[in-house]
Parts: sequence; C-alpha cells; structure tokens
Amino acid sequence: MTGLFVLLIYVGMFVGAYFVVTKVVQSATAKDYTSLKTVTFGDESAVRPNRIAGVVSIFTLFLIWGMFTGSSLLPGFLHAPAPFVGTAEFTYTAEANGERDDATVTVIVHPREEKTDAPEVELGDGFAKNDSAAIAQWRTGLIRVDSNDEITKSDGAEVVAINGQPISRGETVKIDSGTVTLSDKGTPNYAPSRGWQMEPLYLPPPEAVWTRTGKVLSEGFRSFTLFEHLGYSLFRVVAGFLLGALVGIPLGYAMGLSNWFRGWFDPIVEFMRPVPPLALIPLVIIWFGIGETGKIILLFLAALWIMAIAARSGVSGVNISKVHAAYSLGASKSQLMRYVIIPNSLPEIFTGARVAMGVCWGTVVAAELVAAEQGAGMMIMVASRFQNTDIVILGIILIGVIGFGIDMLMRYAERLLVPWKGKA
Amino acid sequence: MSGLSIQDLSMRFELPNGGSVQALENVSLELKAGELMSVLGPSGCGKTTLLNIVAGFLAQTSGKLVLNGHEISGPDAERGMVFQKGALFEWMSVRENVGFGPSMKGTPEKEKRETVDHLLDVVGLQDFKEKAVYELSGGMQQRVALARCLANDPDVILMDEPLGALDALTREKMQSLVLKLWKETGKTIILITHSVEEALLLGERLIVMAPRPGRIHKEYRLPFAELGVGADLREVKKHPDFGVKRDEILSMIWDMEEEIMGRTEDAA
Repeated sequence: MTGLFVLLIYVGMFVGAYFVVTKVVQSATAKDYTSLKTVTFGDESAVRPNRIAGVVSIFTLFLIWGMFTGSSLLPGFLHAPAPFVGTAEFTYTAEANGERDDATVTVIVHPREEKTDAPEVELGDGFAKNDSAAIAQWRTGLIRVDSNDEITKSDGAEVVAINGQPISRGETVKIDSGTVTLSDKGTPNYAPSRGWQMEPLYLPPPEAVWTRTGKVLSEGFRSFTLFEHLGYSLFRVVAGFLLGALVGIPLGYAMGLSNWFRGWFDPIVEFMRPVPPLALIPLVIIWFGIGETGKIILLFLAALWIMAIAARSGVSGVNISKVHAAYSLGASKSQLMRYVIIPNSLPEIFTGARVAMGVCWGTVVAAELVAAEQGAGMMIMVASRFQNTDIVILGIILIGVIGFGIDMLMRYAERLLVPWKGKA
Repeated sequence: MSGLSIQDLSMRFELPNGGSVQALENVSLELKAGELMSVLGPSGCGKTTLLNIVAGFLAQTSGKLVLNGHEISGPDAERGMVFQKGALFEWMSVRENVGFGPSMKGTPEKEKRETVDHLLDVVGLQDFKEKAVYELSGGMQQRVALARCLANDPDVILMDEPLGALDALTREKMQSLVLKLWKETGKTIILITHSVEEALLLGERLIVMAPRPGRIHKEYRLPFAELGVGADLREVKKHPDFGVKRDEILSMIWDMEEEIMGRTEDAA
C-alpha cells in the first residue's frame, strides 16, 4: 500500500516535472541546432540528457526519502502520516458469571529511544479495574487487563467488547489510535497505528545520516577514522591493481607476440576470466587469512586476467600495415616493440584498466564484508550488525561516490595520455 | 648493376583445406634505377603479392630478386612502402611520423630536423608539423606517408594503391605530387592502382597482369608521365593516344574479369 503510494508520487513527479520544464520553462529558451531538427525520434545524436531532469530526479529521491521518514528538513504537511504517539484510551467490557463491567485502559505510546513507564491510574469501581501500559512506537503490546480485576480469566472472566463493539477471540476492533485484537487466549493486544512512515531502524531520515556522518568523521568508527577505513579500501585496490597490471600487461604482450606463450597461458586465462573474483574469497581466506596479504592477492587476481586480456588484444589489434611500415622504415624488433606495438596497445590497456579498477573496487568491498578489521565494507557490515542503518547508508553512498570518482579519474587520465584512442 | 631485377618469380599459397593457389607464376621484370612503373590488373592477379615480395614481407616460393647487385630477403629501409591507409602512427605528430625512419637509424637530431622540414615543405604540410595525424584529412595523411617514406631515402618506393581512398579532386592533386616527387628525387617507383587513368598518368612503364595464375599479360611504354611533370594532368588526358590506350586496357581487363566470372559460374 505504502509502496504503491511511493510509486505514485515518483511517477507524478516525473510527469509533472516533465510538463513544467519542457512546456513552460524550456519553450522560452534560445533555440539550438537540435531544436531545428524535424526528425529527433530515432536520431540518437539528438538525445542529450536533460540537465534539469537530472537535478529534479535527485531532488525527488531525497523528497520521497524525507517524506516517508518524517524528515525535519521538510515542512510537516509534506510528511506521510506519522505513527501514533501520545496517550491512547479504550474501554473493555468483561463478562463473568453473567455480569458485565466496563473498565478503561490507558496506553502511552512513546518514541523508541525514550524509556517511559506505564502511568498510574485509578482502579475505578466494579469487578473490572482500569489498566495502563507503555508501548514504543511501531510496537504492539499484550495488555493483561484481568490481572488486577476481581474476577480474573482463570476464574472465568472473558473480554466481550472493546469500546462497546463486541469482540471474541481472534477478532480485531479498530479504535481511534490503532487496533485492538483479542488473542487466542482472550487477552487484548493493542497495536498503535503505524502511519506510513519508515521506522528509523530500517530507514533513518536524511538529516540523521548527515549528523551521523559528522559524528563518524570526528569520532571514527571501531577505532579507525572514516578516512582510515576508506583509505585502507583504496590502498588495497590500488596495490592489487598495480600488481595485477605489473604482471598482467607483460603476460598479455607475451601472449600477443609468441605462439608458445599464447598456447601455454590461453587455457589458464580463459578459465580464470569468467570466474568471479568473489568466488575466490573463501579460498584466499583459507590460504592467507583475513589480513592485508589475502585482500591484495585477491585484488591482484581480479585485475590480472583483465589486464592480460587487454594487453593481448592491444597487441593483436595492431594494423599489420603499421608493422610493415615500421619494418620497411628500418625499425628493428625492439624498436618496433617500443615505438609501434606498445603505443598502439595503450588505448586497449586503458580500457582494461578502467574495467579492472571497477571490478577491484567491487571486490574489495565484498571481501571486507566477509572479513576485515577495517575498510568501507567492514564498516557497513559491522554497522548493520548493530542496527546502525544510518552508517550503512552513509557507507553505501561513500562507496558509490568513490567508485564514480575512480572511473572519472581513469577517463581523465585516458584523455590525457592516449588522445588518439578511437581515432585510428 | 643498379636497378631492380625480378627473375622467374613464383608464389604458391598452400590452403588449409589441402589445395593451393598459384598467386604468381614465372614473373620476370627488369626495372632501371629511376623508372616509374605502374601495375594494373583485375582483383586476384597477384599485384599486391608481387609488391609484398619485393618489400620483403613475403618470401617467394621460387625465383630471385636482385636490387643493386644484392639479393633481397626481408624488409629493409632501402625499399620504402606507401600504404593505402592506416599505416601512420597516430601517437606521433606529423613531424615525428616523417622523422621515424631517420630516428630508427639514429640520425643526429639536427640533420633529421632539416630533412623533415624540407620534406614537409615539399609535400605542402609546413603549417601542420606539430599536428596529430588523426587531425588531418585523408589527402594530407597520404602526403605525410609519402614524406615519411622519402625521409628514409630509399632506393625503391613501393606504393600499394596509395590514392585509392581519396576523393577525385584530392586524387588529381596527389597524382601531380607523385610525378613531381618522382622527377625531383629520381627514385625507382612501383605503383599499384585500380584506376586505368591513374596507371596511364603515373607510369613510364605500365604492366597489365592477368590472374590464375598471376602473370604479366602485357607491357606498355608510355609518354604521359614525362608529359605530366609540372603540367596540368587534364591536358595530358586530352592527348590523342591517351584515350586510345585507356580504351584498349579497359577492354583487356574487362575481358579478364568476364573470364573470371564465367569460370566461377562454371564451378558453381
């Protein structure tokens, strides 16, 4: 139900923003070349990401996040219905020996983090006495209404109505602040209304993640600072990738240049390439333990095959005319290697490096999830065990940002170092 | 003895299915130093194979190749090659491409610089020295390829359809440039082409090859290359003999193509 509502809001924002932005805002802006095209449907070059759509998209995600967590960043009227908090009252009717008597139950529904005691209430008259209880938001509670009554359940008393509405065992009655269900044994079970918001345990509001970020930044997490955790992960990735490239690139060159190397290593490389590095984690832990060595060896193996295959196809992809040209211009074998084969393979190697860095980053987080003493993956794993969902979300955002940053950096290096890529 | 001598050259390719193709059979040619020879023929007549053997990229099955008194085996800087396309080094600037040969030989920097500057002036690329080759148009790239070949000062220049990928107008300009370079440098040049007009314009000697097995079918000695040096090539094409020769060679190649098609149809 709530999920459907979230979807409706999302689709509504999508469609609404589309009409507002394209029909109202952008119809007034200057015309560029694309706007002069009469054929744009099917013309891939006419499809550019709409910047405003991107901004509104991200805004919408945060808006929905805020709405359904009761974020203090949003004005109250935008919040989804909140869970009930405060004092609820309902009456129950007990029947014993053919007599009936009413009594009132007072329940304080309090936020989870505030410890609250059941209020003192007067017992009232009749054989059924008034009761009280304290229940945390999003929780339910059995209320043993007969425990202070003059005639208890074991004496034959039975709850027959809630707020005057008749009820029998297993049935539910709605009251203003929630529902009351009579259990199979005849005890009322009060469930305060949950509203439509997410419990912070499952999804904390954005500002809680933000304040937690500040706290983790200043206090650290599990005796390492935030930057140490991220730094360890990055260090493992860079070390594993560099080792993989250091071995993989020469191996790929050898495979591209020699029949024997190609024949010897092809079965190994072709077998290891489709094995997901994650599948190697258990073996690596058995052999090397959960320390740095194991992690770096795992990432080395993740990068090795990708780099070897990239270097091999870089060598194999050289246009034979270039090799012939170099030889008939007087180049020796070593000169051909240095001035033609290696530069010609660099674009392929860069593509491989980008893929390898992405795979390594994913693998290091997974390896740290399994076992580690520090690192981004370990941080979110440990936080989830202690139900610190805000740290889990913070960790996921940071892992995404760093992965994106790595890819941007590789692309920048590519533009800088191999400007001829794709121009041959 | 100076010049290139091709004696009884045969080339046989063994196919993986057990058959074989006779790409060249008993080809003999004598090329004097400074001669410009164009080679024409239908596809599959072995002209590229011939060029690759002369360049040293392929080893012949039998026969002998002698250049300036020594036998040829393997590629060498004495025989330069200009490819149709894709043979320039994208990771080097125009200047570095042209200076590749001298760099490999270890020519002193100053001398190399002079050679490169001079050749880029000759091919008309003095303003593009520091550009990357992929920024140049197709015609300019072929000028770089010509200059790169000349920078090595080879005895023989082999051209494998060097102008095949260019548009008609650029092609005409490049034909004049080839003639000018031939006259100025006095190099021996073998040029393969698909265009009959180009073969007539750019050949003191013209050989027409025939397929299956690849062999020399007919040889011409032509005056047009000499006439074309420094002249308007469109005027040369108006020479009364030009049209006659063109039609003769065209119908000759046409007949060969017909024959090939006929044979394939029989086989099928």
